[in-house]
Amino acid sequence: MSTVTSSNGFAAGLAEREVRYQICADCGHVQTLARLACRSCGASRLEWRRAAGTGAVFAVTVVSRAPSDEFRALAPYTLVLVDLDEGCRIMGHAEPGVQIGQRVVADFFDHGGRTLLRFRSP
Amino acid sequence: MRRAHIVGAGNTAFGRLEGRTPLDLMAEAAQRALDDAALDRTAIDGVLCGYATTLPHLMLATLFCERFALEPAYAHAMQLGGATGAAMVMLARELVRVGRCRNVLVVAGENRLTGQARDSAIQTLAQVGDADFEVPNGASVPAYYALLASRYLHETGLTETDLAELAVLMRARAAEHPDAHQRTPITVADVLASKSIASPLKLLDCCPISDGAMALVISADPGRRLAAAIVGAGQAHRHQHLSAMADVLDTGAAIAGRRAFDEAGFDRDRIDYLAIYDSFTITLAILIEELGFAPRGGSARRARAGDFAPDGVLPLNTHGGLLSFGHSGVAGGMGHVVEAFRQLTGRAGARQIPRRTCAFVHGDGGVLSSHVSLVLQRED
Repeated sequence: MSTVTSSNGFAAGLAEREVRYQICADCGHVQTLARLACRSCGASRLEWRRAAGTGAVFAVTVVSRAPSDEFRALAPYTLVLVDLDEGCRIMGHAEPGVQIGQRVVADFFDHGGRTLLRFRSP
Repeated sequence: MRRAHIVGAGNTAFGRLEGRTPLDLMAEAAQRALDDAALDRTAIDGVLCGYATTLPHLMLATLFCERFALEPAYAHAMQLGGATGAAMVMLARELVRVGRCRNVLVVAGENRLTGQARDSAIQTLAQVGDADFEVPNGASVPAYYALLASRYLHETGLTETDLAELAVLMRARAAEHPDAHQRTPITVADVLASKSIASPLKLLDCCPISDGAMALVISADPGRRLAAAIVGAGQAHRHQHLSAMADVLDTGAAIAGRRAFDEAGFDRDRIDYLAIYDSFTITLAILIEELGFAPRGGSARRARAGDFAPDGVLPLNTHGGLLSFGHSGVAGGMGHVVEAFRQLTGRAGARQIPRRTCAFVHGDGGVLSSHVSLVLQRED
């Protein structure tokens, strides 16, 4: 088993229209973002797994002032933090009108040469 | 260990300062701080400077020393986002306490407003987000804080009107400071009617981008004028990215504050002046509440009651904070320390409030990611 040393697992997953998350091969701790060590036990054997893509909205904003021309065309757009059922938190776009606490499922869209997440009602 | 004292402060005006460079802004603030401390530049044996987004130099402290005619025995720059100013003051104190330096110049400044395109500034700042998980979504610093705000309002019952109250308070203070960037008084209705940036945050919930510089001198000798001792300091670093902030009610601010109070040997009931980082109204609300200076969801209630006014029990950011005095990067966060020092030592001129003895300063960088708390005490 190879040791994961970057967040490429997540980016590679998106390219294949999958949500992936990091889990510790030693203790099974699920973590947010990509780490180089397990926050629970300190082990560095970390794996990427496919998430179901379902979860609950933790936070939501509607961005009116986009940071770049690339995103100005999309504004206003909804961004969310979602607590995935597997136990990690992830940022993505969402359909308009989603509320904190609402159940959502991940979908995908292509923008600016990348695949991004867009959460919607199940 | 020796005691460390803030003995001088200086600043440039904040705002649109066409034609200025980071180095000449820093030099102006530094000269004023030296004059205030009644120290000759040859007395400076330590220099700490902040980074400048408009001058990303490898050795900014050395470069500044060359230009400003200093030859210190110790110098470097620091990078800790908005917490850099408070962190430099903390380190200057340590350098003095252990005897490494006798007089440390802490300085930061940049032409953040006029030195680059607005989109460039916003994109530079957005990089505090995660490069794979956050930034590609078209997120920006206001968007991170907006997400944080949505959750904090949801959990505590704090409202958008409450946030607006804090913006109004900071503007009222800036109106009294001749060097502030934004001095036109505003109302709660103005804030609520200002254009949306990233809900629930509106334009007037966000600090401006400014040009400007700030400087402080921290010394082993309190000098002949009234000084302020740095009697406690603490930091906490629990995450970099908003996605990794486990609990919006536990960002690390309270931990840093506890460490500072433990070192000071007393608690927050002795504090009679507040200098709290305020990049957004939500930043100010969360920090005030997590640090225990208001109950959860209760920061605006205290503001409405007048507690944070210059004649209140706990005057807050009497220079107008980042929200209205302005934000020129590291210097913006130093502004809170500079104003606390001036109020404690009777240097605030027309803004001078009645005698205060003990100030609590808190800076944060990133998205409430890096925390630095300081406890300052008037010495007389």
